[in-house]
Amino acid sequence: MAFRVENSPFTEKQVQLLNELIPHLSYEQRLWLNGYLSAKEEQIEQTIQPTTEYVIPTAKEVTTATILYASQTGNSQKLAESFAAQLAAQDVDVQVASMSSFKPQQLKKLSNLLIVASTHGEGEAPDNGITFHEFLHSKRAPKLTNLHYAVLALGDSSYEFFCQTGIDFDERLRELGATALIPRVDCDLDYEEAAAAWFQDVREKLLPTTQATTAIVETETSVYSKSNPFQAEVIEKINLNMDGSNKETYHIELSLENSNLTYAPGDSLGIIPHNDPKIVAQLLQLLQLDANEKVQVKNVSYTLEKALTDVLEVTVISKPLLQKIEAYAEESILDRIEEPFATYKYGKDLLDVLEQFGPFSWTAQQFIDVLRPIPARLYSIASSLQANEEEVHLTIGKVAYESNGRQRLGVASGEIAERIEVGDTVSVFVQENENFKLPVDDTTPIIMIGAGTGIAPFRSFVEERAERNAEGKSWLFFGEQHFMLDFLYQIEWLDWLKQGDLTKMDVAFSRDQEEKIYVQHKLREHGEEVYEWLEQGAVIYVCGDEKTMAKDVHEALRDIVITYGQKTAEEADEILRQYQQKKQYQRDVY
Amino acid sequence: MTKYEETPKRSANEIFKDESNYLRGTIEQSFKEPLSGKIPEMDTQLIKFHGSYMQDNRDDRLTRQKKKLEPSYQFMVRVRTPGGTATPAQWLMMDNAANTIGNGTLKVTTRQAFQIHGIVKWNVKKFMQQMNDVLLDSLAACGDVNRNVMNGVNPNQSELHAEIYDWATKLSEHLLPHTQAYHEIWLDGEKVQGTPAVADVEPIYGKHYLPRKFKIGLAVPPSNDVDVYSQDIGIIAIVKEEQLIGFNIAVGGGMGMTHGETSTYPQLGRTIGFVTPDQLVDVAEKIVTIQRDFGNRSERKNARFKYTIDKYGIEWFKEELHKRLGYALQPIKEAIFTKRGDEYGWVKGKDGNWHFTIFIENGRIQDTKEYQLMTGLREIAQVHTGEFRMTPNQNLMIANVTPQKKRTIQKLIDAYHLTDGEQYSALRRNAIACVSLPTCGLAMAEAERYLPSLITKIDDLLEQEGLRNEEIVIRMSGCPNGCSRAALAEIGFIGKGPGKYNMYLGASFIGDRLSKLYLENIDEAAILKELQQLFHRYATERLEKEHFGDFVVRTNIIEATTDGTNFHTLAHTV
Repeated sequence: MAFRVENSPFTEKQVQLLNELIPHLSYEQRLWLNGYLSAKEEQIEQTIQPTTEYVIPTAKEVTTATILYASQTGNSQKLAESFAAQLAAQDVDVQVASMSSFKPQQLKKLSNLLIVASTHGEGEAPDNGITFHEFLHSKRAPKLTNLHYAVLALGDSSYEFFCQTGIDFDERLRELGATALIPRVDCDLDYEEAAAAWFQDVREKLLPTTQATTAIVETETSVYSKSNPFQAEVIEKINLNMDGSNKETYHIELSLENSNLTYAPGDSLGIIPHNDPKIVAQLLQLLQLDANEKVQVKNVSYTLEKALTDVLEVTVISKPLLQKIEAYAEESILDRIEEPFATYKYGKDLLDVLEQFGPFSWTAQQFIDVLRPIPARLYSIASSLQANEEEVHLTIGKVAYESNGRQRLGVASGEIAERIEVGDTVSVFVQENENFKLPVDDTTPIIMIGAGTGIAPFRSFVEERAERNAEGKSWLFFGEQHFMLDFLYQIEWLDWLKQGDLTKMDVAFSRDQEEKIYVQHKLREHGEEVYEWLEQGAVIYVCGDEKTMAKDVHEALRDIVITYGQKTAEEADEILRQYQQKKQYQRDVY
Repeated sequence: MTKYEETPKRSANEIFKDESNYLRGTIEQSFKEPLSGKIPEMDTQLIKFHGSYMQDNRDDRLTRQKKKLEPSYQFMVRVRTPGGTATPAQWLMMDNAANTIGNGTLKVTTRQAFQIHGIVKWNVKKFMQQMNDVLLDSLAACGDVNRNVMNGVNPNQSELHAEIYDWATKLSEHLLPHTQAYHEIWLDGEKVQGTPAVADVEPIYGKHYLPRKFKIGLAVPPSNDVDVYSQDIGIIAIVKEEQLIGFNIAVGGGMGMTHGETSTYPQLGRTIGFVTPDQLVDVAEKIVTIQRDFGNRSERKNARFKYTIDKYGIEWFKEELHKRLGYALQPIKEAIFTKRGDEYGWVKGKDGNWHFTIFIENGRIQDTKEYQLMTGLREIAQVHTGEFRMTPNQNLMIANVTPQKKRTIQKLIDAYHLTDGEQYSALRRNAIACVSLPTCGLAMAEAERYLPSLITKIDDLLEQEGLRNEEIVIRMSGCPNGCSRAALAEIGFIGKGPGKYNMYLGASFIGDRLSKLYLENIDEAAILKELQQLFHRYATERLEKEHFGDFVVRTNIIEATTDGTNFHTLAHTV
């Protein structure tokens, strides 16, 4: 959008300056500016001095701080940038960067280092934190006796290695001689409050107390956010699989009308789900608690039933949860679990645990207090906003399995599949993902690799590039079980191929023949050409399940670089690392 | 004749053939393309010559479209089985293919061929190779060439059958295309049994093959099971003192027409003379070449052999044939037909071997909860030492069962309740329906899936009039192309639109007179109401042993169609 005197409160001169400046700002710069302006609100009287560096010019001796983030879905990045903006607004000389773009040799020169790191999969660092993590744990890591640091760890307590990456950084920095400004904080999926508190503590250490304020910066352009989700109406719901398929994959179209929500290809949509009323009823029945009893969750009063349905997580189990529950049980719980916890929890939910280890001596309120807020589910957006004004499309695979004689459904996917129909609304927010973005240059070739619902962001990519008449060639690899039953969005791909908006497509249907064929096999089959594309600067995108797909695809890419680039294994690893660093290799895996 | 090159405005199919490089087209590449189950239009026309049609399940077209999936493109393959004969090994192979890469069923066609449905593009080659392993192929089972050659399977004439079957096979082999395309594309160049290995010369057909499909059938009187007058060349065996002495030749029969175009019509073959067995193949070849040279290549709807003969006249045709043969046909010998239907159950042949004919409704072989037909036949094939014969009425004969094996086979027949149709009405046992919906692309209304339930209702009407055991030939086609030979049924239905049929009456019981349109575009209620009245009159006014088809003509309920050219002339008023 261009500023005009008529559509803004600015003068002719200001409009001119803004129009020169704004379109050329990077995403980070705009984000920073947004935060800076919010925090500075009361102080700003003069025209803004545009700056391309995160440095506040001042004559006084200033505090310096570096904020590094390792982010998979964008939460860490968003927090880091918000913190940076707030510190900058208080005249701290702050730089903020992704770990992958930070030169680790500079570490020794730093005095204050803030780390915001999420944990991925089974305790692994996110893609853009891998190199830094490796460096820090290698022999090349320098002594850091002059460094003060603080770590904010993000994670999901339902995983065994909860916040492991943050823990690693914290422990390793201490080993290297650095001093913690404040103790590490490990945040669960509802990280916002804990993160704000951590930041407040950090700020108090860095700045004279008078300067520290509790302003929290919202970087959303829309009033809707994770804490204030938009009620989006479902305008289309289609099960994309045919009868006979092992899958149920729903194409969902949501209206964003009047929300002002925007998104870019690669972003995710967060859905705040509701628990299955059947499960809630079973819990109430089992615990003999009154559905209408009033309980408090974070100072808000609900009926017990409503709190269990809409507010709290009542399915996923974790060690911390069991520890809390144990306090109300007659005997210890964790001691009685003989197998490794990961094995034990497989296919089990809260109901199973309560059935197995009851009875419990708790009040409704005590029971509520052991539970954590129901986490939002993130789905890669499957549409281009340019092509679908005020709409967002998702591709959601229904998670369903039977365990212990009971049919289990994914909380969000089950709700979408079974209980949400056209006309209903869903609580949503946009989750930006700067680590999965189309190249800015439309002539850059792209290679997209996705299996199952991993196809979703690529529908958005191809639709967006078609809308932009992008000249760059594109190649899509898709894998599913059966051609006849599971070829998600087949007609659309065929149309885009015909129109030239998609250059090439290869498919792997694993169960259409005796030997299983997956996307990585197709990738290898076309290895020579894939390598040619990479040499031409093609950006490679991988989306899908990490364990069953992304790892094998990575192996295939590595072998392709070895074979066709005539590289050693070590060189190939280094090349792929570089690709990741310069965002020529991006992953959205789960 | 018009030289091919001078044909004014050749039809699209003629151009495809011309550009196909002897039926290759781009078939090889299109069957490898992985993103769509579809192949390009030109290849869909060409693969017919290889025995296959591209189809889709029309029942799920809309569902798939909504799910952003293309139609469920799939391939039907029709197997060339002259005279409907298959060995137990061939049976087992087809059964296995149907249950692994097909839709779990097999269809016995109205031309005594196997038809397998629902094979996806990538499995077609595998299927072709599996067929080749048991010496089967689908070359020329469809397309503008001579199709599967039919021959009668009357179990009472088992001593003649081998000889007749031999002639059917000879004709089939002689008239096969010589192109190497089939072997190259499907068998990686491997030679298929009985196919000449001459490279890409078509001594009979030439580069452009025939203008339209071409059909040959051999009947052995008194059974006209093959509907000999519906064939382009109808061959009628003449037997004297239990010896085959030769054949009467009838030319220019054909069933297909197009709704609303009176220039298209079903026609009966006209008998033009008698040939000795040694002349048969030569005569058939020369007839084919006349159609090759004179058939209409501009308008496919008028390209069948029957139109060529009607255009030039039967006398002209005989003259042209004699010229090409260098001799004249002998005068027609007497031949009398008495029926078209099958004889069910056990019949003992003169050589002491047994034949058991199973009633198969509409030729569909499948397992249902109630009736494990497919499994039963599989188990029989595992022990059978004779052969299987698919009948022109879409039934199946377990042929040449030795006296020693009869008990084993009977046990399996009992175990699976395989039926000789005894419990069914005579109407049901004389019924034929084509495949139609959901797989046939030409279908306008249901046929195979609907006729059985319609017959149940018609049976009630017959029962009321005491006609349950009256043999009446009833046939239903989903479109006017005539696969069920409905224009030769005493009660014929040709699909017009969903749930709507044209009803035809007045064909003869033995298949030597065509029917005529009785009512147009009627639904089930109208069909039943009309038949109720007709059956009542038939029951009360019929002459002794008078067939229904003859009755409606005699009583002027319908005017007789004396020639295909007056099929559309409607004199009666309803």
